[in-house]
Amino acid sequence: MLQLDRVTITQDDFHLSADWTLPTGAQAAIIGPSGAGKSTLLSVIAGFLPPTGGRVLWQGQDLGPIPPGDRPLSILFQDQNLFPHLSLSQNLGLGLRPDLRLSRAEAKRVEEALARVGLAGMGARKPAQLSGGQMGRAALARALLRARPLLLLDEPFAALGPALKAEMLALVSEVTREAGTTVLMVTHDPQDALRFAGLTILVADGRAEAPAPTAALFANPPPALRAYLG
Amino acid sequence: MARRALAITGALVAASVAALALLPLGAVLIRAGDWPALGPGDWAALRFTLTQALISAALSCLLAIPVARALARRRFPGRGALIALMGAPFLLPVIVAVLGLVAIFGRAGLVNDALALLGLPRVQVYGPQGVILAHVFLNLPLAVRMLLMGWLSIPAERFRLAASLGFGPPQMLRHLEAPMLRAVLPGAFVLIFVLCLTSFAVALTLGGGPRATTVELAIFQALRLDFDLGRAGLLAGLQFLLCVAAAAAAWRVARPTAFGAGLGRLLPLPAPGGWRRGGDGLAIFLAALFLILPLSAVLARGLPGLADLPATVWPALGRSLSIALASTALTTGAALVLALAVARGTKGARLMDAAALLPLATSGLVLGVGLFVLLRPITPPGPVALPVTIAVNTALSLPFAYRLLLPQAQALHADYDRLSRALGLSGLPWLRLVALPRLARPLGFGAGLSAAFAMGDLGVIALFASDREATLPLVIERLMGSYRMDQAMAAALVLVSSSLALFWAFDAGGRRYAAT
Repeated sequence: MLQLDRVTITQDDFHLSADWTLPTGAQAAIIGPSGAGKSTLLSVIAGFLPPTGGRVLWQGQDLGPIPPGDRPLSILFQDQNLFPHLSLSQNLGLGLRPDLRLSRAEAKRVEEALARVGLAGMGARKPAQLSGGQMGRAALARALLRARPLLLLDEPFAALGPALKAEMLALVSEVTREAGTTVLMVTHDPQDALRFAGLTILVADGRAEAPAPTAALFANPPPALRAYLG
Repeated sequence: MARRALAITGALVAASVAALALLPLGAVLIRAGDWPALGPGDWAALRFTLTQALISAALSCLLAIPVARALARRRFPGRGALIALMGAPFLLPVIVAVLGLVAIFGRAGLVNDALALLGLPRVQVYGPQGVILAHVFLNLPLAVRMLLMGWLSIPAERFRLAASLGFGPPQMLRHLEAPMLRAVLPGAFVLIFVLCLTSFAVALTLGGGPRATTVELAIFQALRLDFDLGRAGLLAGLQFLLCVAAAAAAWRVARPTAFGAGLGRLLPLPAPGGWRRGGDGLAIFLAALFLILPLSAVLARGLPGLADLPATVWPALGRSLSIALASTALTTGAALVLALAVARGTKGARLMDAAALLPLATSGLVLGVGLFVLLRPITPPGPVALPVTIAVNTALSLPFAYRLLLPQAQALHADYDRLSRALGLSGLPWLRLVALPRLARPLGFGAGLSAAFAMGDLGVIALFASDREATLPLVIERLMGSYRMDQAMAAALVLVSSSLALFWAFDAGGRRYAAT
């Protein structure tokens, strides 16, 4: 269970508060106008930004003192998910051992993860030789290798076309359900929320609302959501 | 943990650099004599330092305008090679350039032979005009490259618009080229002025006497010939004030040297025909001649001498190489630590940034005299000549290496810091897998520059070294001083080829290791 315990974030005249829990294994979309603080919320959960007040807990454990790399989570950014100078295998290997001194068994797991996302045999390539969709797949494969119980998606597929994005979301959905991973996904697109996530967190007017069932939320949108949907 | 380690190392490095720059200065100022200690010769040195720097900078900039314009708008075979050659004088040991100029403009040189044939009076390469000639030779290529960048940074669309409005060359000059020159020339002028202010090797070899002594040379003479510490200290204080003022001026007019995309332009600049075509050709021809002739003269006269080089050359080469390698290692390490710490914005980043640039406010001889004063109670100068030279070269190269590295380190931080942290990638694995591969290019280039500078340095070593500690540039200077010109030129060939080889090895190594 992910718990945001009276979390507040204040930066100059920006303000955001959140006080809710998300059950283990849930898949939630974070939706709201740009600038409302969706990515900031993920940054706080991931540990890049300390909250101004309150605590972030996972299964009852306060994540506050834990550095980003040691938290029980993986995060995919909008871009820069792969080091351009490392091969795909090396980029994935970082998920197992940050010093890249992989054992033979670990190297085999890298191969398997590549195959799992449809990139079998491409381990020697550099990111520049991949399409945008393939880069997303590689980043997802690394998250699979890290096998952390929580996955944060900060619009990693926003630059893809609609068909490719739907395909990637289906893949995310498939692999995370297999592993029972809890997923938080920032998105601009109401369709993503409806298609992918059972729950939706609305971020608007300085508040991240508690997760609510997506279908019901969109069927009867509160004023802030209605304003966003237009 | 690793972040703390970087912050602490950065602070230690910054403190050492600040100590290396400031302690000698303090020592010099404390030992400096009273004001009357400066004689009329010293004021003449100050006047000459300023006037020669002004004239050298003005001439370099003025002559660079037609050459850069011609290079910008003409295409001819060998253009790329000529532009590459314009980068060489920056790496060329000053003593080698001086030898080349003496070979062409000296008493038995080509120019005087030609003048004699025409029945004209001879020119003299020693004296104020020689100092200025050498400064123009060393800095004209720098000015040309800066202006060339300026020309290529004018957007092609602007020229297209001008062509569609029917602009002729005078209107182009007025509306497109003059505004660019107004933006670029002050920076080039101040940079060259500053470089000429601290000129020592040129003044030592071509200048001297009451009419052509710079403050740096006067410091050297006060200490080495008169052993007047008080006067040397006062002069060093004067030189320090000059450098600070010049560095402040440079800071104000300094502009980013990258003018955005432009070098890869597809549309060529308009290239007017007629007399302008001839003029451009002449500018390019004369500039190429001015650069190539002295260097070829060194080559032509040095090659035969390679067979009977004096025995002092080889141990001196060894000493120069060790100085170059040691100061390159120190400079590169310090620049890397400071750039990474500043880019990360650790505590005290501003102070670290200031410390890295602090050596710009001093000069080789100021540091040298200060270290001499500091070390004199402990040891005679000879045995510490090499360590002191290494320290001074490290300090003087650091600002350049650091400035090359900082933008890349900042980009590295902006692009990959979150990803590195998300993956728990830190400490040595981060350095090995992320920082070094991403920074290899500027690291290699900076290391190459530091190595070439240190290899060709003829400054503080002249203050400290006896024959037993002489470096290769010093050996060449002494050969030249005793009129053994052919041997001096042969040794100069050894020096210039090892400098260029060091630069090439570091630069190519960096590019090879660089992440693609």
